[in-house]
Amino acid sequence: MRQSFSIGIGGAAGQGVASPGDIFAKVFTRRGLHLNAYNAYQSVIRGGHTFLTMRVGESAIGAVDGHLDLLIPLNQDTADRHLRLLQAGGACLYNADTIHPGTPGEGVALCPLPVSTLADISRNKIAQNTLAIGAALSMMGIGFQSLESILAAQFRSKGSAVIEENVKLARAGYDYASQNFKPFAAPMPLTEKRYAALSGNTAMAMGAAAAGVKFYCAYPMSPATGVLHWMAQHGREAEIMVRQVEDEIGVINMAIGAAHAGVRSMCATSGGGFALMSEGLGLSAQAEIPVVVIDCQRAGPSTGVPTKTEQGDLWQMLGAAFGDYPRVIAAPLDIADCFTLMPEIFNVTDRFQCPGIVLCDLLLSEGRLSVDPAVLDFAPRVDRGELITSNGSGDGEPYKRYKITPSGVSPRVIPGVPGHTHVVSSDEHDEDGVLISDVYTNHAKRRAMMEKRMRKVEGIAAAVAPPQMLGPEDADVTLVGWGSTYGVIQEACELLREQRITANHLPIRWLVPLHGDVILGLLGKARHTIIVENNFSGQFARYLRSETSYVANGHIRKYDGEPFFPEHIVAAVKEQLAGRTKLSVPAHEVMV
Amino acid sequence: MATEIITPNTTTMADLKGRVEPDWCPGCGDFGVLAAVQKALVELQIPQHEVCTISGIGCSSNFPGFIETYGMHTLHGRALPVATGVKMANHGLTVLVTGGDGDGFGIGCGHLVHSMRRNVDLTYIVMDNQIYGLTTGQTSPTSRMAMKTKSTPYGNVENPVNPIALALAAGATYVARGFSADQKHLTELIKKGIEHKGFSLIDVFSPCVTFNHDNTVQWFRPRVKRLEDDPNYDASSLNAAMEKAQIWGEEIPIGRFFELTGQPSLEEMEPVLELGPLVRQSYQIPAEKARRFIEELM
Repeated sequence: MRQSFSIGIGGAAGQGVASPGDIFAKVFTRRGLHLNAYNAYQSVIRGGHTFLTMRVGESAIGAVDGHLDLLIPLNQDTADRHLRLLQAGGACLYNADTIHPGTPGEGVALCPLPVSTLADISRNKIAQNTLAIGAALSMMGIGFQSLESILAAQFRSKGSAVIEENVKLARAGYDYASQNFKPFAAPMPLTEKRYAALSGNTAMAMGAAAAGVKFYCAYPMSPATGVLHWMAQHGREAEIMVRQVEDEIGVINMAIGAAHAGVRSMCATSGGGFALMSEGLGLSAQAEIPVVVIDCQRAGPSTGVPTKTEQGDLWQMLGAAFGDYPRVIAAPLDIADCFTLMPEIFNVTDRFQCPGIVLCDLLLSEGRLSVDPAVLDFAPRVDRGELITSNGSGDGEPYKRYKITPSGVSPRVIPGVPGHTHVVSSDEHDEDGVLISDVYTNHAKRRAMMEKRMRKVEGIAAAVAPPQMLGPEDADVTLVGWGSTYGVIQEACELLREQRITANHLPIRWLVPLHGDVILGLLGKARHTIIVENNFSGQFARYLRSETSYVANGHIRKYDGEPFFPEHIVAAVKEQLAGRTKLSVPAHEVMV
Repeated sequence: MATEIITPNTTTMADLKGRVEPDWCPGCGDFGVLAAVQKALVELQIPQHEVCTISGIGCSSNFPGFIETYGMHTLHGRALPVATGVKMANHGLTVLVTGGDGDGFGIGCGHLVHSMRRNVDLTYIVMDNQIYGLTTGQTSPTSRMAMKTKSTPYGNVENPVNPIALALAAGATYVARGFSADQKHLTELIKKGIEHKGFSLIDVFSPCVTFNHDNTVQWFRPRVKRLEDDPNYDASSLNAAMEKAQIWGEEIPIGRFFELTGQPSLEEMEPVLELGPLVRQSYQIPAEKARRFIEELM
């Protein structure tokens, strides 16, 4: 089993669950530790229940799970819900004035903090949070100094008095714990490494900035809003034009306008907003103007569950906008990949002048992962494709925007270059851009234009790396996942190996192009295949079948809004290998 | 072999002639609007390659195909957000937006209101014929009450949009109404609209000869009264404009209702554009900045 330590912090929305999470993330990544964090929350601003789980370890952590080593309940409700998740050797650190945790499991320590004697709670309502952070650090065997600079940064905007007060509080919690609570058996390790801790939304925004995006626009929608926030915060420094638009229809069309004028352009939304963008996606394809759209999936349909995760938008992406047209769809495998995928997809969409969709989900968008800063490469390869940007860079022939070429790609010119005026069009058009929807309707030209655009499909497939099998070639079970299930399946494979079941893993990153032949080749050698996905109907399984006729032996699906834990997959694999079922739907045991 | 294209020093009507003839019905008001736009560009001597003409969908939205500039034929009702994107990415371009009343005041009305409040520097010319033409004659957002159309065979029971009042309320900084049969006046309105820094709405009566038998050229001609003929009219007064906007019937005012100058346009409000048009800026994030972005996360 991976050596890891899990912390759970929970309370009502507005009680300040997020900032202890931020502080812990900094403490751990500065110690050179990996982390993976997931916040289960509700669509409410005050009240309800929010529960942050952070798993820390020396090696990469691909998923959170349902076990805790330290629980910090900020209210009674949290203690009631989650005390039972603590495993032997764990501890519950709580405000003795307000919380009665009840009877914990065997080997679990109760650590009451006398908050009202350690702090002036009439002045500081969230004193318990800071005290608990200090106490937790002491129990984890981490020196206090590391906390001071983090607190200073955290409360910088609130002035030195607030910083001082919080440092004092943290110190009081730290000292109290040192004197009264038993430290955890193994102190938190310290390595030479240093990591960045970031969400998928931040990673996608930064990845796009690295890819040279100059225009970003959006309408706020959970769980995609984090992309807008990073862009809005950093746009001026990064020299990116950032706009909040009246609706998602306006968003995609504005992004297309900017792209047509010649800059890399992007927008982000979730399933409902994407539905409004569909027609615009068709415009991007038909006018051959590249644009990148991020879809951060949440549980649907309709407005669904805004704060819960799902992989339920695949068929919407596959079928978005009417008619046939080339598109690319990629699902980042983890938060680091949220960054690295962006320059790749921009290069493909620029080269092939088509829409590109990044199919992310709440788990990655709002989760937190430690990432080696070297992965966050701000000088990636940029390929803008055949783009005429200045007078004299054309070939001297009369310019035809939609020139018929063997690749299907026609050189694009940015408006403003002399001698290349033309119309780009939503209606079908000829090579010149003249509409062939009215008096010039012409079936031969229509056919030629369809074939020209669709020829790009072949080039796109060649431009993108096919998927690869991870793990031993010969395995008892082959798990197939796409996008955000990468980390949890990788860990499930390790757990299965410990239980003498060999497993390998085929993670799918590019959904379009799919490389069906490569997948068939890999799965053809598999003994028992199981497709793992976070939706009800097996959207990927159905897609794979439609493209390749391949039918997997079994399926593991989850559609309760919460992500898979590694144990869910392990248990499901075992029941399927034993022949008990072909469809497993694990129950989520954490009460969020 | 790369070849530099030598551009002429002047812009002529011949330069702006589209590569195909308009396929509007003979007698359509849109011919007059097309000619007025071409004349305005010639009189302002704006090089054709520095103009982007963007439309939505409908009879009048085929406009970009009939004028030789950079052009975009987009989706129904979506010309304004597309045009805003173009302008934001290259504010060196003169961006004209053309379309009909269904496109602008119906399906695209939300974008219209927001484009006006943003004061983005676009010149929006609506060829308003008070009918849906390309779909063969249904009621439009500017169709008059009681008008009989294919979709209102017993007479329209909805009040029309008042584009001028709407524009004034939404914060457009240049609001005008023209009449396609009054070419010279319309050309002046379009020229002023292009020169105006900020959002310009020019609603143009452009009668449909095929499907609207109520609001014809003959119907409009005796009714339209130029605001410019009234020496006392003050186009800088929002209240005066709003008052004039309410007049409809035996007399219908046309001309420049309102112009607010000195108001910064959206492009001027954006510090990122101080470095020049976005499309001409570097897209590489300098290493020092990249380091700072990453450092924030550590």
